[in-house]
Amino acid sequence: MFTEMNTATIDEPPTETVVSRSWRAKKHIKGKPVNGTKESCDTRAEWVDHVKRIRDTQDQAAFAELFQHFAPRIKAFLIRSGSDPAMAEECAQEVMATLWHKARLFDPTRATVATWVFTIARNKRIDVLRKQRRPEPEELGWGPEAEPEQDDVIVLQQETAQLRTALSALPDAQRQLIEKAYFGDLSHREIASQTGLPLGTIKSRIRLALDRLRHAMN
Amino acid sequence: MSKTIKHHLTDDLLMAYAAGSLPEAFDLMVATHLSLCDDCRARAESFDAVGGHVLEQQGQPVSMSDESLAATMALIAQGAPTPKPARPGCAVLPAPLQDYVGGSVADIRWRSIGMGVKQAILPTGKDATARLLFIPAGAAVPDHGHNGVELTMVLQGAFSDEVDRFARGDVEIADEDLEHTPVADIGEDCICLAVTDAPLKFSKLVPRLFQPFLRI
Ligand SMILES: [Zn+2]
Repeated sequence: MFTEMNTATIDEPPTETVVSRSWRAKKHIKGKPVNGTKESCDTRAEWVDHVKRIRDTQDQAAFAELFQHFAPRIKAFLIRSGSDPAMAEECAQEVMATLWHKARLFDPTRATVATWVFTIARNKRIDVLRKQRRPEPEELGWGPEAEPEQDDVIVLQQETAQLRTALSALPDAQRQLIEKAYFGDLSHREIASQTGLPLGTIKSRIRLALDRLRHAMN
Repeated sequence: MSKTIKHHLTDDLLMAYAAGSLPEAFDLMVATHLSLCDDCRARAESFDAVGGHVLEQQGQPVSMSDESLAATMALIAQGAPTPKPARPGCAVLPAPLQDYVGGSVADIRWRSIGMGVKQAILPTGKDATARLLFIPAGAAVPDHGHNGVELTMVLQGAFSDEVDRFARGDVEIADEDLEHTPVADIGEDCICLAVTDAPLKFSKLVPRLFQPFLRI
């Protein structure tokens, strides 16, 4: 499931320690992304660092690595969602360009990079395939003054890893239904039977992150 | 941020919002509620995490063309799309609604539908309808049923019906089974966002809502 580095981190109990380090601080988890293998899961904190490098120094090498990992997945996702390959290719490029332009808005205490990329790809699908606007909630950002704590970032990555483990352990039939839902193949009414997912822990974590963000914004 | 929201969105709506399969009008309802409610925002974002997992663990990523990275860098070099013009804040309309109204509460183009009640249909896709409702303080919207699912969220003031009292941020979810008579609180005019997936026949809306009065 996970690389050794990640497993080691995941086994640690979630820490509540608050220390004044920003996610600009030295990264905790080392290792290189392994493209195209099952091990390259989104819990790796260095994806977060890649986005940070794009945000802070327009780092093209970091972008190239993210591109190599995510663009083929976005393309596959869009094809599964009903796009033809040419349009999926074009949209995947646009999604990655959006990632570059919006790097400032990524909040690693509330989402992993994979989650964030998913939301951009989903919105692109709504825009292009359904030709519909996508209302989004009011934007919340840390702004230039405040930054999230590195520990909050790490814990969110861990919680996501645990969620992924739990989702992978679901019976095949249920996993396939969840995939169908996220590829846009289930209506809202059909989705109603699929909501009993193990989200309690990650939900509490995101809720806490929102509180801290609100506090920093005030 | 309202701290007192009692009536929230259901998991099926939040998951469908994360999956991107709701009609636009319902997306607008969810986005508006999430702007006021961090509890539901946290739930919605955890459903996003499920989407991140689905994206990540796909068995067969599809290779991009050889020149795709260069093409994307060229796209980036064209610059970011012009950001939406910053709007002055509005105490009644959260940001996603401001986008649909094109401004603040003063910019809503109300149309009277009788008895002091006004509505403004918002420009969304045709598979569901979103409208703003204005109910004068103390007024009742006569007994009415629903076709399909109807969600009503209070933006200003409050209303009470057979179910409960609903104030800013609260969402009432009504289906075919609910017959109710919402009454606006006496203190303040009530403004709500209402969305429905029933085919809304505008010519019939008024008669359906106001039949008891028109019959007098
Ligand atoms: Zn809520």
